[in-house]
Amino acid sequence: MRKSSYPDFFKKLALLAGTAALLSGCDSAILDPKGPIGVEQRNLIVIAVLLMLIVVIPAIVMTVLFAWKYRASNKDATYSPNWSHSNKIEAVVWGIPCVIILVLATITWKTSHSLDPFKALEGYDEEPLTIEVVALDWKWLFIYPEQQIATVNEVAFPANVPIEFQVTSDTVMNSFFIPHLGSQIYAMAGMQTEVNLLASEPGDYPGISAQYSGSGFSGMKFNARALDSREQFQAWVNQVQQSPKQLNQSAYDKLAKPSEDAPVEYYSTVIPNLFTSIIHKYMGGAMQAGSGHEGMQHHGAEE
Amino acid sequence: MFGKLTLEAIPYHEPIIMGAMGFIVLGGLALVAAITYFRKWGYLWHEWLTSVDHKRLGVMYIIVAMVMLLRGFSDAIMMRTQQAIATGGAEGYLPPHHYDQIFTAHGVIMIFFMAMPFMIGLMNIVVPLQIGARDVAFPFLNSLSFWLFFAGVVLVNLSLGVGEFAKTGWLAYPPLSGIKFSPGVGVDYYIWSLQISGIGTLLTGVNFFITILKMRAPGMSLMKMPIFTWTALITNILIMAAFPILTATLGLLTLDRYLGMHFFTNDLGGNMMMYVNLIWAWGHPEVYILVLPAFGIFSEVTATFSSKRLFGYTSMVYATAAIGFLSFIVWLHHFFTMGAGGNVNAFFGIATMVISIPTGVKIFNWLFTMYQGRVRFTTPILWTLGFLVTFTIGGMTGVLLAVPGADFVLHNSLFLIAHFHNVIIGGVVFGYIAGFVYWFPKAFGFTLNERIGKYSFWCWLVGFYLAFMPLYVLGFMGMTRRLNHYDNPEWQAYLIVAAIGAVVIAFGIFFQLLQIVVSIRQRDKNRDVTGDPWGGRTLEWSTSSPPPFYNFAHTPVIKERDAFWDMKENKDAYSKPKGFQKIHMPKNTAAGLIISAFSLVMGFALIWHIWWLAIVGLAGGLVAVLARMFNEDIDYYVPAEEVERIESEHLKNMANQA
Repeated sequence: MRKSSYPDFFKKLALLAGTAALLSGCDSAILDPKGPIGVEQRNLIVIAVLLMLIVVIPAIVMTVLFAWKYRASNKDATYSPNWSHSNKIEAVVWGIPCVIILVLATITWKTSHSLDPFKALEGYDEEPLTIEVVALDWKWLFIYPEQQIATVNEVAFPANVPIEFQVTSDTVMNSFFIPHLGSQIYAMAGMQTEVNLLASEPGDYPGISAQYSGSGFSGMKFNARALDSREQFQAWVNQVQQSPKQLNQSAYDKLAKPSEDAPVEYYSTVIPNLFTSIIHKYMGGAMQAGSGHEGMQHHGAEE
Repeated sequence: MFGKLTLEAIPYHEPIIMGAMGFIVLGGLALVAAITYFRKWGYLWHEWLTSVDHKRLGVMYIIVAMVMLLRGFSDAIMMRTQQAIATGGAEGYLPPHHYDQIFTAHGVIMIFFMAMPFMIGLMNIVVPLQIGARDVAFPFLNSLSFWLFFAGVVLVNLSLGVGEFAKTGWLAYPPLSGIKFSPGVGVDYYIWSLQISGIGTLLTGVNFFITILKMRAPGMSLMKMPIFTWTALITNILIMAAFPILTATLGLLTLDRYLGMHFFTNDLGGNMMMYVNLIWAWGHPEVYILVLPAFGIFSEVTATFSSKRLFGYTSMVYATAAIGFLSFIVWLHHFFTMGAGGNVNAFFGIATMVISIPTGVKIFNWLFTMYQGRVRFTTPILWTLGFLVTFTIGGMTGVLLAVPGADFVLHNSLFLIAHFHNVIIGGVVFGYIAGFVYWFPKAFGFTLNERIGKYSFWCWLVGFYLAFMPLYVLGFMGMTRRLNHYDNPEWQAYLIVAAIGAVVIAFGIFFQLLQIVVSIRQRDKNRDVTGDPWGGRTLEWSTSSPPPFYNFAHTPVIKERDAFWDMKENKDAYSKPKGFQKIHMPKNTAAGLIISAFSLVMGFALIWHIWWLAIVGLAGGLVAVLARMFNEDIDYYVPAEEVERIESEHLKNMANQA
């Protein structure tokens, strides 16, 4: 009896600690990020929440307190049925939220620019690596323009190197998202978006589409592999280059057809400028008209 | 002959759908049999279906809203059970093509066919009474609005058994909702049910806007209006400004789908983000269309049950107006992840968080209304307290989502789902139920059972926290919305808790229905003879419960903000008037029902491409409209003796009670 109760006790304790850890976010992609963008976003979330708690906690405490203190059965409490205005209170309830929002708005203005997904990461010696991303029904195609290779549902890159993901879609809208690394960005046909990310720790991170895109959406996942070093990345590139498969037009047309839970694929070669031609094929008359919609870059319209 | 419609359209092979259809058909047959057995068809037709009385229409709106709550909630329970089991290779019991319809239907039904009619129903019952009017400005239009809305309800429910519903999510983003990716009739059901009911809503907006501006009792200046009427006024302005955008957007989507145009699809330079911008230019104000009247209800309830004047009335009015204005300049926060760049994102983010200032002021004003009051813990006040705590949390997560940098990782995650259910359940639903319990005696003449009402409240409150707090955590864990199955085993425990929460909410809904049934059985015990069961402050409590069909024998004259409270203070609330005059009233008419029936036929025919039938529907509708326009026999006078008889009876009842 005694013997068995110990492990039971520890199991319970571990479960409790585990629950606490989960709640504190130790296991959570957003609260335990693996890259500088994610870390900044986590900090932003924590600061914003703390700021708002300055108003939220008093509001909740006052709700309980006032309701209890001024319950009808409590005849000792003051009753002022016609009291309905106080400049002091009005000044506080308008003033304090205004100040908090002013602070939060300042933070928002700064971080909207510093965390803009299009903005290249600063302060890294390494040259950024460009990877082109195409959302298909229902899989992700990754094209490495410098290496002239392509993969499906697996993207690899060296850790601690800035990655510039160029994103579009050859189908409906999706959202390209690696939760552990930070920012997502929409993938839209005929348009090119961009997200700059970096993994500060090597590891395999789940990647998803964060925008519902039809019946195969739940299986539209990829593996984002942050590798130890440039060398390891080169080894991975070599491995892809060994693949017998080539991404020529007919292979692409086949790939672009809807399929669910697609397996990882490696292509040793890829059609030149495939990414650009995928964007351009949706631009209809806009290109010929030369109306300055080149690439229909969403970004920078206001800058 | 029948366009795309064949017998194949009925999903025989889907046991869940056929079961649901069987249930609906059997329920409908039972209802028809009961009405026939009790010989109530004539009563139903003359007193309800053809009625133009705002109180009757309000009741019908709320009945339909409650039925639709059950439908939308069944969808919710199915989603929660699917996600609770579909992990680690398990596919669950709902394949994507069914599951995707369910989450789409859940959103569409809950917003358009549950929340909207509930709100419009409450507004119908209360607003004319609060401003001392005999009806709305355009009683027939009001009936037409209801029946157009009802045609939308019929269409959306037909899709369950004939064909399919959209598999696109509740806002039907193209190109997924375009003909290429959604060739079935699902999106067409979506379009036409929203178009037809949306026109009804727009007409309601016009009707109540005019009613509130032009039909207030003498002496009731704008700043003396009850606060619920104020929120209704702003909401109707928002409806008039926002719903035409919805109509136009869906119209363009219709052209894409029916005539091969490319406003929003990928080809030929169409741009889907135009749709996303337009639909949210309607969609964000829509959220405030729903929540502002709820704020109004909380204001009325807090003041009444604290037996005290509302704190900061002027602040409340300006806060409401400010929220109404700001709601139109924040739509882009629904898609920061489009990549609009720092300046645009920051503008819309900051505009959004500015809304939290007037909203916060409202919260504090309700708190200071309780302060130095005498708070009676009736069910409406419990819903209000539950709202104050819950909505504050939901507001905080909302402001967090308004920070673009944070939204980049939280967008479309279950955190977002938790947030908007936090404000819609904690704000809108709690508010409407509080209003339902508060005004029920006004509409029916007896109060609802308090004990069962409290059970319902606690189930809803506890159920809400169980169902949605885990979703906040899951959002942080990187779980996105609308997943049919997933392979991260760590998520499952949270999803099971969420499913349990949904079951607890189911008990809350069960107790609400039980409350109504029990209260009807106990109605003689809980009669509201005075017309003022709560110690009310505003005009609706000055007339009998239920009010006579003409509302007020004499148009009241207003001196103070809380008009009825003021009358009671000055002891002239129940004085017997010296004489009575005849009253001018509108006649009942079936025209609204007939026009809507034709529009239903047209909508159904357009969905199935049965062109000749669509022409029949359109032509029939137009003829019915013309017939109504040339009908001059639309009003009558209630003789003074009749008014005197009704009023004396009410005063006699009150005297007996005393």
